[in-house]
Amino acid sequence: MTALPRHRRAMPGFGLTMGLTLTTVCLVVLLPVGALLWQGASAGPAALWDVGSRPRTLSALALSFRLSALAALFNLAFGVLLAWVLVRYRFPGRRIMDAAVDLPFALPTAVAGIALTTLYAPNGAFGALATPFGWRIAYTQAGIFIALVFVGLPFVVRTVQPVLETLDREVEEASATLGASRWTTVRRVILPALLPAALTGFALSLARAVGEYGSVIFIAGNIPLRTEIAPLLIVIQLEEFDYPAAAAIGIAMLAMSFTLLLAINLLQIWTRRRTGDV
Amino acid sequence: MQYTTNPIVFTVLGIGARKEEDMTMTIDISIRFGAPWSLPGHMAGRTAAPYALGPVRTPRRRVRWHAATAVAAALIALGAGTILQAQDLLNVSYDPTREFYRDYNAAFSTWWEGQGHDAPRIETSHGGSGAQARAVIDGLNAQVVTLALASDIDRIAAAGKLPADWQSRLPHDAAPYTSTIVFLVREGNPKGIADWGDLTQDGIEVITPNPKTSGGARWNYLAAWAWAERSGQDPRAFVHDLYAHVPVLDSGARGATTTFAQRGIGDVLLAWENEAYLALNEMGEEAFDIVVPSVSIRADPSVALVEANIADDDQRALATAYLEHLYAPDAQALAFKHYYRAWDTSAADPADVARFPKIDLVGIEDFGGWAKVQPQHFGDGGIFDQIYVPQ
Repeated sequence: MTALPRHRRAMPGFGLTMGLTLTTVCLVVLLPVGALLWQGASAGPAALWDVGSRPRTLSALALSFRLSALAALFNLAFGVLLAWVLVRYRFPGRRIMDAAVDLPFALPTAVAGIALTTLYAPNGAFGALATPFGWRIAYTQAGIFIALVFVGLPFVVRTVQPVLETLDREVEEASATLGASRWTTVRRVILPALLPAALTGFALSLARAVGEYGSVIFIAGNIPLRTEIAPLLIVIQLEEFDYPAAAAIGIAMLAMSFTLLLAINLLQIWTRRRTGDV
Repeated sequence: MQYTTNPIVFTVLGIGARKEEDMTMTIDISIRFGAPWSLPGHMAGRTAAPYALGPVRTPRRRVRWHAATAVAAALIALGAGTILQAQDLLNVSYDPTREFYRDYNAAFSTWWEGQGHDAPRIETSHGGSGAQARAVIDGLNAQVVTLALASDIDRIAAAGKLPADWQSRLPHDAAPYTSTIVFLVREGNPKGIADWGDLTQDGIEVITPNPKTSGGARWNYLAAWAWAERSGQDPRAFVHDLYAHVPVLDSGARGATTTFAQRGIGDVLLAWENEAYLALNEMGEEAFDIVVPSVSIRADPSVALVEANIADDDQRALATAYLEHLYAPDAQALAFKHYYRAWDTSAADPADVARFPKIDLVGIEDFGGWAKVQPQHFGDGGIFDQIYVPQ
């Protein structure tokens, strides 16, 4: 460390850009998270554990993470497919479809929730089709799943799409000339190249779904132990003026999300190494 | 158990980063706690020492500062409200009073000007009663609150914003109008629902919001409890049974009305009487019927002056008059017109008064008051929470 010669960097502005970045990260990310942890710390670990280990809290957390994971998995499969169709085929209305993918980002989530509920309620357009079979979609876990798929869909498409666009067709042709079947080419050549981007999309979609509130509360029945999501439980605790309990659930969600995202990141590093794409 | 919290107000005075020769970095953040202006009752300005984050800086003789950038001074003030003029008034109210206060504000302004004052600027904010109370506690600059539950105003009192004996300062325990809980059923009452006991029969779906988040829903719950007590049933078992028939637990009264009326879910909606009449009015009398149960509860929405947010004597006079005038005959007539059961019928349209059928009404005082009811039934781990435990 001692003999390191000092170089002037080729590009100026390290101090300025770093300072700006740190300020923004502090204001936008660290302060709210810090306030959450502070609120939790003021209650003490025993109180946090007491709230976190209640059956109702556990069931809400399990529901949120289970349905979010299912929705993200669905988005992973469907998002890759959608990106493939958008990049590889030319058909009328392709640009409109491409633009429509972003709509879940643009629409206020409450609007999405109310629209989905109207459609899937027993007297709605889709809900009415399911009613004769004795199925209920709105106000059940199926409804929550649909809302989460809706809000998370753009993530996988938008992360996979640019990678697909830059993927050399010659590689596929090379694979074919070397005698690989079409399916082998997809499995051994294309999918490994898409995997890191798809995993990023999956992680983003999962993270979004876990924290989603606006669209879900309209379509979930909000019945404790059955269709009550963790963010709603936080709001309920706030309504009771029980800030430490709300913070406890928030911290539990934060910890679980962080662990999940970390695991996905590690998985990504591993797949990158394996496929030799550093 | 009760918690209150102060908003965290702090100022980031500056953040600087410098890179050391050994590739570590020192970050200085200086933060000042407390508001830069005076906020009564909030944390006073305490200045914290600059914090050093990151790897500890080792002393070196020639520390070369690549850069030390103090970039930002940002103010983050949670819950700082707008500063109102003396002739301005903010009334923080709950959901179904929208239509009533729109009319009352106009009537009051005319009357107030007639008394020789300047025209006041009155604003009214509506939302879930609990959320509105929390906003006032967190600093929303409301001079008067007109909420669904006395216990929500008690919360504001506990936060020190108004005196604890607020309920004795206005007639009728500071409830200028009252309502009750009735059933809204589908046209022709196909399931033949007549009283509370019918709600727990097989195949009946009941729509009511979550008592944890909705003031009105607490009245629903207590009305059911009162009926069970009167009819010699175990009230705890009855409400348990009742909530087992609830397929959707909305967070507020308006949401529950939408679920029942627009989505077609459920056979019966437990609703404020004024909200039920409003639903008939808006959606047509041919869609729904109102069923009045044998026993219900006298729901008293309460009003109070928020002492801590009164700027001066002029504003106090205006706010006091605004609340007291709610008891005047013409204001009471307005309340009747908006389907509230008010007290003074002298100026009211007889048709508005005659609309209300006689019900055996139980008051909150029969339960021992909100101070007892709130923790016992709706507190953390209270009777309502015990309904939803894994079987």
